[in-house]
Amino acid sequence: MSGHISSIKLYVGIFLTLMALTSITIAVAYVNLGQMNKVVALGIASFKATLVVLYFMHVKYASRLTKLIVVSGLFFLAILLGLTMSDYSSRMWVNPPAILQ
Amino acid sequence: MGQQKEAAVLGMWAFLLTEILFFGGVFMAYMLYRTWYHDAFVAASTSIALFWGALNTVVLIGSSLTMALAVRAARTNQRRATVNWLIATMFLGCVFLGVKVIEYADKFEHHHVPGPNFVWAEPGHEAPAAEGGAATSHRGPSPDAANFQEHTQIFFSLYFTMTGLHALHMIIGVGLMMVITWMAWKDRFDEHYYTPVEMSGLYWHFVDIVWIYLFPLLYLIDRS
Repeated sequence: MSGHISSIKLYVGIFLTLMALTSITIAVAYVNLGQMNKVVALGIASFKATLVVLYFMHVKYASRLTKLIVVSGLFFLAILLGLTMSDYSSRMWVNPPAILQ
Repeated sequence: MGQQKEAAVLGMWAFLLTEILFFGGVFMAYMLYRTWYHDAFVAASTSIALFWGALNTVVLIGSSLTMALAVRAARTNQRRATVNWLIATMFLGCVFLGVKVIEYADKFEHHHVPGPNFVWAEPGHEAPAAEGGAATSHRGPSPDAANFQEHTQIFFSLYFTMTGLHALHMIIGVGLMMVITWMAWKDRFDEHYYTPVEMSGLYWHFVDIVWIYLFPLLYLIDRS
């Protein structure tokens, strides 16, 4: 990690890409895609976040251990969001027997 | 030196991991209430001005760029440039917070601050019929006219919690950077030792990423 120094050109390029993605996400927000609006907005946000993590935060050039820590953070976030949502969204799928109510 | 830096980066990421889960909890609450009270959330989130949110996105991503350039300047031994880029970053951070003040003032004016004075007076007060898809696909308490006030208030509670916590992180970040700028001014950094600049950078970029998600969730996804 200490070895690599990114060029100013790269940083500016990443910044311009992030700006372009911001414009796209705002434009797309006004197009009615139904359920897909959320998916597209969060997809673009995730792509932007990935660019920031890899290039601005230098994770691309970091050690494997650091990369593992970053991925484990996303893993635990996925557990937090995924399992909680699956619980709440499936609670009313079955009607419990009267004795349990 | 290399090993020390490696340890510092690892430790910083371990801290950021706790931050991810800290913000993750609030995002979780937002997601859940959004699926429950979909119509109220659509009405409330389209009432906030997109312009300020978009402007702040540009400002904050810009500050991430200046921060990255500050780190680069520090590790290439450019004292003056390090100080200047750090000052630019702090300036953009303060612009962001200033815009947030304008937005919060607007919420106070419209009685959109949760509490005894909260009023939801916009048209659409009556809960609209669930228009296929989003609202009906999730089972749960469905919005009705009587609850609309409460449900929009939940949106604004989450809005203030999320943006407030984010703003608090920014204030802490600007505070950190004041110290780092002073250290850079005193020429404490060179290509062998610039860890404090790098760590503040990681923190600042993390705060930027939180906003990258807050912006679409609060301002964008209900516009169409």
